[in-house]
Amino acid sequence: MSTEPRLVQGNEACAEGAIYAGMRFYAGYPITPSTEIAEILAKRLPQVGGKFIQMEDEIASMAAIIGASLTGAKVMTATSGPGFSLMQENIGYACMAEIPCVIANVQRLGPSTGVATAPAQGDVQQARWGTHGDHPIIALAPSSVKEAFELTVRAFNLAEQYRVPVILLLDEVVGHMREKVTLPQPGEIPVLDRNKPTCDRENYYPYRADSDKAPAMASFGEGYRYHVTGLFHDESGFATEKPEIIHGQLKRLHEKINQHLAEIITYVTEDIDDASLIVISYGGTARAVSRAVKLARQEGLKVGIFRPQTIWPFPEEALGELAARGKKLLVAEMNFGQLLLEVQRVAAGRCQVHSCLQSNGELTQPEIILNKIREVY
Amino acid sequence: MLPEIEQYFRLEKLPHMWCPGCGNGIILHCLVKAIDKLCLDQNRTTMVSGIGCAARASGYLDFDTLHTTHGRALAFATGVKFAKPELNVFVLTGDGDCTAIGGNHFIHAARRNINLTTIVFNNSIYGMTGGQYSPMTPSTSRATTSPYGNLERPFNLAQLAIAAGATFVARTTTYHTKQLTDLIIEGYKNNGFSLIEVVTHCPTSFGRQNKMGSPADMLKWQRDHGVSAIRYEKLSPEERADKFITGILHKAEAPEYTAEYQKLLEKLRGR
Repeated sequence: MSTEPRLVQGNEACAEGAIYAGMRFYAGYPITPSTEIAEILAKRLPQVGGKFIQMEDEIASMAAIIGASLTGAKVMTATSGPGFSLMQENIGYACMAEIPCVIANVQRLGPSTGVATAPAQGDVQQARWGTHGDHPIIALAPSSVKEAFELTVRAFNLAEQYRVPVILLLDEVVGHMREKVTLPQPGEIPVLDRNKPTCDRENYYPYRADSDKAPAMASFGEGYRYHVTGLFHDESGFATEKPEIIHGQLKRLHEKINQHLAEIITYVTEDIDDASLIVISYGGTARAVSRAVKLARQEGLKVGIFRPQTIWPFPEEALGELAARGKKLLVAEMNFGQLLLEVQRVAAGRCQVHSCLQSNGELTQPEIILNKIREVY
Repeated sequence: MLPEIEQYFRLEKLPHMWCPGCGNGIILHCLVKAIDKLCLDQNRTTMVSGIGCAARASGYLDFDTLHTTHGRALAFATGVKFAKPELNVFVLTGDGDCTAIGGNHFIHAARRNINLTTIVFNNSIYGMTGGQYSPMTPSTSRATTSPYGNLERPFNLAQLAIAAGATFVARTTTYHTKQLTDLIIEGYKNNGFSLIEVVTHCPTSFGRQNKMGSPADMLKWQRDHGVSAIRYEKLSPEERADKFITGILHKAEAPEYTAEYQKLLEKLRGR
């Protein structure tokens, strides 16, 4: 990879980040505005000995990457809103069967077919609650091309380490934006692999965690001959209806995430110490917020930035501290209030929570956010 | 159980949960006999199934086994086989699983000619949910969701597979066990997408609603209605009406998907 800076598109950075992380199996179905990820990987994966397949639909794409992950491959698919909805059942399967995989959702305006080429951030809650049942999830939201690369690598690291599907919540702004970046060289960002069993077949339990993270995962074809199912299962992987075992396994699914929040959650802050108002934003919207906050500071308004890179699990401890200090919070996002719900929940009446919401197929202009800052300051 | 096939079962998971008289166990028996005759490496063989009665088969078999979501067995199996083509991959699916919710995956797996050996347990009904009609329930048959007789026409799955590009298509019944074993062997040997449709009996959900008698009566029905192509040719149009052809229905040569991809990789590597 070139050490020279070059003009890179967000979707391209995502594709290259995946290859950097060791992703060698991609299955997908074309959908705007995620299509470039598939197109780039169709070309790039065979060059690095990887596999690319265009499946018949998004359901099949999600199924195929789960099957491939079970053979030991690092796997990925990419989609947008309508395709993301179709993937949900099998994303739930990946949660239940603890299959590492990455799903990039380059969000577009919805509901339904919406506006295929327009930016939006309307899938924040779908990423959290789109599947049926009750399980934790990890979702990351980059807001620059460089970060699209870095967070894609991180998504794979988290997926492999915790044996979970990790959702990359891009949006059309980040996916289609081009920026001058120098992509990292091998070794610059750590690349982590899944934990493999070292025991013999008789002592292998695919759903018994020796640490507080995820159980070791054998690859199909290695002689462990184990069973994988979306049914509730015991440590051996076979179906059970015993309430105490169901409870234990589901509790473990939650704990393997919830006990590592400090390790999983990342966020970026700017000028929050002296700020009396903090603007919370992510993804494409954070670009406009950055400009608005700069202008507000020039006017003498003490405004700071809180930008979660990890949307789920939500950085509630860090935000809770800001709420406890009585700072005003302003949430800017391209929807009618999805992350806002979480901020309100975390603030719990301890501070004022305002919002600057827009969902019309356009990126919110910095002036609109600046006006809102002036209004609620 | 015959001692030579015991090694292929997870004996601690038996007895199975299928109803008394169900034909699924016969298919499983023929499958492992075929695997034994083929001398397949148990560690390099994967069973993928969807949801439903038939799909529970994977849990009883001592291989890497993948019990997936409803209708998606072929899509999961495509991922397994494409990622690791050296694995032998069998897909065990029911008529509802494969032809309704999984219909799209079925035609595309056949079109791609990916090397999967697919065994469709066709009992003409949704068994696990209690006897609703499937896309392979014969017209006028009764089901809980067709109490006045099925108004829909069933798929001819073999014809569908051939039209979609499958390179090996066969059909038999749970009565014809030797043929079933042989067809699984032939299907496995085919380098591409293989379909073996097995007409099986569901005395509990299909037989009872359609007054088919005992499980033995249903097996006799299979004996009398499943005929070879040669015999079928000799029948009058009236006699053909309720018969179906058994045996190999289609064989063709076509590029296999994972092999084609391997060629691409080698070509790029050679540059």
